[in-house]
Amino acid sequence: MTLADYFSPKLLAEAAFLFTVGCTLVGALLAVLPKNIVHNVMGLALSMFGVTGIYLYLGSQFLAMMQLLIYVGAICVTYIFAIMLSPPLQEEFPKRKTAKLLSALLVSGVTFVAMVLMILNLKWTPVNQGARDWSVATLGSILLSRYFLVFELISLLLAIAIIGAIMIAGLGSERE
Amino acid sequence: MESLLSYLILGALMFCIGIFGLLQHNTLIGMLIATELILNGAGLNFMAFNMFLAPDPTTGQIFTLFIMGIAAAETAIALSIIIAVYRRFKGIKVDTVSELKG
Repeated sequence: MTLADYFSPKLLAEAAFLFTVGCTLVGALLAVLPKNIVHNVMGLALSMFGVTGIYLYLGSQFLAMMQLLIYVGAICVTYIFAIMLSPPLQEEFPKRKTAKLLSALLVSGVTFVAMVLMILNLKWTPVNQGARDWSVATLGSILLSRYFLVFELISLLLAIAIIGAIMIAGLGSERE
Repeated sequence: MESLLSYLILGALMFCIGIFGLLQHNTLIGMLIATELILNGAGLNFMAFNMFLAPDPTTGQIFTLFIMGIAAAETAIALSIIIAVYRRFKGIKVDTVSELKG
């Protein structure tokens, strides 16, 4: 007996989709609302996990893997390290001002309403879904042929960023 | 087309939660986390367009990959700046780091 005997596959797929969307939104709210930064990072990890599932639904297994690897695996761990190197967070939770909170809520709410109105009013013209190549091999070969220059530039940017990060974090200690 | 709209609205929601966090948070690391949410909302939009609208399904994936690379670079630089700021100001609250205000 499997799970599919009790529930129809369509229902299961919809439930899984709602689960990933719920992970994304709850994680995003957790990443923003609590005052404790460690909780924020945990919320960010949950949100990135949800986005991974959504990328699976959008048909790209490679991007889902990269999302899990880069965001949950690398960026969140880097945040944890930065938090451990910064001041002890248990004692100081700055009080947030109500005016700041309200104005932030106003700006983001207005932005959201404007974006939703724009999304609903535009005419999107779909393409025919047949004969499209989703394989990772095609992605790799295009990455190394048509987008080769951009690929190399991103690699250079990452190298410069790593060296620069070491320089900035290191120079600060020498000046003390 | 309904599902394209739902993906786009989800991306917009993530973007706006990110903007909200960026504006209201009191610490630099919290603001940086909100920036990651904004970048992910944009990446989600690219992937949705890639699935439903683009004739070539590699373009959106590669663009999202580049967004991830740039986000990683941005995180490394910003966190090292935050650590340097902490060493100098003994705190990463936004209000204490206001020397450039003049």
